[in-house]
Amino acid sequence: MCDHCGCSMPESPKAHSHAHSHEHGHHHHHHHDHGHDHNHDEERRTIELHQSLMAQNDRLAQQNRGFFKGRGTLAVNIVSSPGSGKTAILEATLRDLKNEVQMATIVGDLATENDAIRLRQNGAPSVQITTGTVCHLDAHMIQHALEDLGREPLDLLFIENVGNLVCPAGFDLGEDIRVVVTSVTEGEDKPQKYPSIFQNADVVLLNKTDIAEAVGFDRTRALDAIREAAPGAVIFEVSARTGAGMTAWYDFLRERVQAKTGASQPAR
Amino acid sequence: MHEFGIADGLLKVAIETAERSNASRVEQVNLKIGALAGVVDEALIFAFGALSEDTLARNARLVIEAIPVTCYCETCATVFEPPRFSYRCPTCQTLSRSVKTGRELQLVSIEVS
Repeated sequence: MCDHCGCSMPESPKAHSHAHSHEHGHHHHHHHDHGHDHNHDEERRTIELHQSLMAQNDRLAQQNRGFFKGRGTLAVNIVSSPGSGKTAILEATLRDLKNEVQMATIVGDLATENDAIRLRQNGAPSVQITTGTVCHLDAHMIQHALEDLGREPLDLLFIENVGNLVCPAGFDLGEDIRVVVTSVTEGEDKPQKYPSIFQNADVVLLNKTDIAEAVGFDRTRALDAIREAAPGAVIFEVSARTGAGMTAWYDFLRERVQAKTGASQPAR
Repeated sequence: MHEFGIADGLLKVAIETAERSNASRVEQVNLKIGALAGVVDEALIFAFGALSEDTLARNARLVIEAIPVTCYCETCATVFEPPRFSYRCPTCQTLSRSVKTGRELQLVSIEVS
């Protein structure tokens, strides 16, 4: 039984009144895919609802946000397509910052504990969420994972989302920072192909720069594409494997952790 | 495929609302979906159709109002509709960081009988 939402099942959306209306110029799609085999004799009436279909997730995400604020934890949600190097970046980050920042990870995959096992190598706790067939993490899964992490002090929580550039875009987890990882092997126009996830990214990590030349990567074109698709994002060009460019990413994290915890982190 | 989860939540709200209003059938569900919401209309309709099969929302029609992306340009103090997700103000070419609409995933109303 879930303490947060009273559910006994992984998903139990509830109705919330949430008035919120936008008026715009627009066009309508009318879909007539279903045969209407019933009669329309009974009186038809309209019930106004005006509520977000994400209302339950958004409410739980706000709870997570309050939890992180109360504990002084910076929460970072990392999304990418499969194989961009999310786990490799986290392994390097956990290794290189372990003496100065208390860190933990929550990692989502459809199946296996492999990533959590990899991420525990450097001593940071890691909770694996196996989603089965679900293609994204939601705020509810994070609440349960936070219970598993316990009450140890935590400055920095990384949430490694399911490898997918589509579905995670709509699910607020309560994070402070949303990071999109893309790599030089994925093509320079990736941001234009997945506008929804790039648009509100706070950070874009361009990974695998060590093999850029070998794969004929057009750096200028890629950076332009990222800037266009993610106007609010800070961009770091990194190689998790060689460590190139990682220092700037670490400095960014240190600064944000310090701002969130409010206390100065002991310098190494 | 997260449309199934969204359709499931939508269906529950529609049925609960209809039952509370003593309606016997959900005829139509009116939604607003933004172009940046990451939801495919056809997938949502398919999922809703499959999930509502044995409910009082069976054969309900989903009417989806598509909400375009609009951005705010701080330099020009205007709202504009960017072409193909470029977020660049057509007047001054500044990149907008402020998306005003396009992320909606809203259940507007249901029509019952």
